[in-house]
Amino acid sequence: MSFGDLLASTPVRELGSFAMGATDLDVSRALAKPAGSRDLYDFASLISPAAAARLEELARASHALTLRRFGRTVHMYAPMYLSNECLTTCTYCGFAKGLPIARKTLSIEQAAREGEFLHARGYRHVLLLTGEHQKLTGVDFLCEHVAALCALFPQISLEVQVWNEDEYRRLATAGADGVVIYQETYDPDSYARFHLGGKKRDYEFRLEGPERAARAGIRRLGIGALLGLHEPWREDAVALAAHALHLLKVAWRQELAVSVPRIRPSASGYSPAHPVTDAELAQLICALRLVLPDAGLVMSTREAAGFRDGLVPLGVTHTSAGSHTDPGGYTEPGEAEGQFEVDDTRAPEEVANALRALGYEPVWKDWDAAMRAEPALS
Amino acid sequence: MNDKLEIAGRAFASRLIVGTGKFASGEAMRAALDASGTEMVTVALRRVDLDASGGPDILEFIDRDRYLLLPNTSGAIDAAEAVRLARLARAMGLPDWVKLEVTPDPRYLLPDPIETLKAAEQLVADGFTVLPYCSADPVLCKRLEEAGCATVMPLGSWIGSNQGLRTRDAIRIIVEQAAIPVVVDAGLGAPSHAAAAMEMGVDAVLVNTAIAVARDPAEMARAFRDAVDAGRRAFAAGLAPERRDAEASSPLTGFLDRLDP
Repeated sequence: MSFGDLLASTPVRELGSFAMGATDLDVSRALAKPAGSRDLYDFASLISPAAAARLEELARASHALTLRRFGRTVHMYAPMYLSNECLTTCTYCGFAKGLPIARKTLSIEQAAREGEFLHARGYRHVLLLTGEHQKLTGVDFLCEHVAALCALFPQISLEVQVWNEDEYRRLATAGADGVVIYQETYDPDSYARFHLGGKKRDYEFRLEGPERAARAGIRRLGIGALLGLHEPWREDAVALAAHALHLLKVAWRQELAVSVPRIRPSASGYSPAHPVTDAELAQLICALRLVLPDAGLVMSTREAAGFRDGLVPLGVTHTSAGSHTDPGGYTEPGEAEGQFEVDDTRAPEEVANALRALGYEPVWKDWDAAMRAEPALS
Repeated sequence: MNDKLEIAGRAFASRLIVGTGKFASGEAMRAALDASGTEMVTVALRRVDLDASGGPDILEFIDRDRYLLLPNTSGAIDAAEAVRLARLARAMGLPDWVKLEVTPDPRYLLPDPIETLKAAEQLVADGFTVLPYCSADPVLCKRLEEAGCATVMPLGSWIGSNQGLRTRDAIRIIVEQAAIPVVVDAGLGAPSHAAAAMEMGVDAVLVNTAIAVARDPAEMARAFRDAVDAGRRAFAAGLAPERRDAEASSPLTGFLDRLDP
């Protein structure tokens, strides 16, 4: 069964209401279960207002699970925007089609310079991002850029438009080993309201992107919901957890990472009426860990420094630092518009030192190019 | 008593092998290795700067004159990947000993028996000294032995789970049948687990998570060293057999001794 079918039969709204009415006993029941056997009702209990009153208890359980599975390490990655050209109209995004912003698409040489900059700062995992432009940043473009960056980075992930299975297979062969696809919102009505034009309007095609990528041999999957679009946010959180639990079954060879980015100020001018609070996000991180003991949890520089540092012991396993969200922003800053404003502007080494001070080792290299080549058993 | 562990013709005074993942820092790892008394340290090739590209490198914290470096293929999902990683490591000047790990499922990190055997055959043919992480399956262990592996490394329980010797009964058969050293590799969460494995006649144990995530990793490493020593001594001394009942006398036949001659 695809996730589209599963989600259609998952009572997301009911689970959202269940969360709002969950009792202290529901929270206790969810906490008492062994890791790995918690279900969506447990998850709803853990993100409930009732559980908010027991956040320290959640955090301790989440911390213990994270420590056991990931140890005292945090994986470091860097985003590299290849282009802000876009033919899609997402009403909350600074790259949306029609916005009067400075646009730019990196040549292979420019991308290589950005790559060398990041490599010199220690990065060995790069996340390549683009807007959604079928001609300017299509599969050929991505394959060429990935191939050019392979020598610098044993780990290359993509956060770009979604593709069919054959296209993912081409990207995997070119050297991409990770694919990140945020559904933004899992609610079909909200999705239609925020995505007004372009290929991205196809909700189902996006929803099933991670499964296609997995079938094509992509090794790492990232999923997420953009908090600040659909209200109530707990419904999107439940759907995200359902998506993750589904992928653990159908994409059992893939590493899974989950992200819950909050909307940030951008050229779009969009701001949510009821933003998710810091405490609610911290609770959500704990709840995700308690339901997904082995999933990576990603926290980018869109969050503030002190908040990010505080979340690490609670369950965050992947982080970026010194990020730019404008194409060419590392070596040719100021020439193009960024996707959104970053909050944590500390340099990579500063973030690494902060992690060390917290008792965590920043891990820069956690993969090897030898895993990328074609099978060669002889 | 000369009770050294011998693997592929090389003798080790310590029967504790230590993993290097999950530590809070290179310094914490170095202190734990020192305290553990280990002579063999395994390190994930995926974390080694194999291209010598000048990035941070976990090997900087491992004294290679003191410890035999046992590179492992963690992250490989099939035989081809594991073989490629091992070959690359050897080409970069790392030892030709390899801890073979083929784990297609990134969550429980359970070893794929079929791909592990395939990779072992290839690596042995390539001249590697192969120490395979494997399921606690006695037949698989014999097959790996026949393939020319230097040890077998069956799991005690899921990697990182700290659940101890959940596979005790299968390990007992593996020890009974093995003509090569048996190293219990995963799931040992407390020194008592390690001691229990050693008491059963296991030749060595490998510990990582339980040391790395302890509040004081060096002190925990010391505790594991002592436990492994104690377990080994107990095995060598010959444990008294376990019985269900107390054995104070012979209640049914004791009268025979009391009869007049």
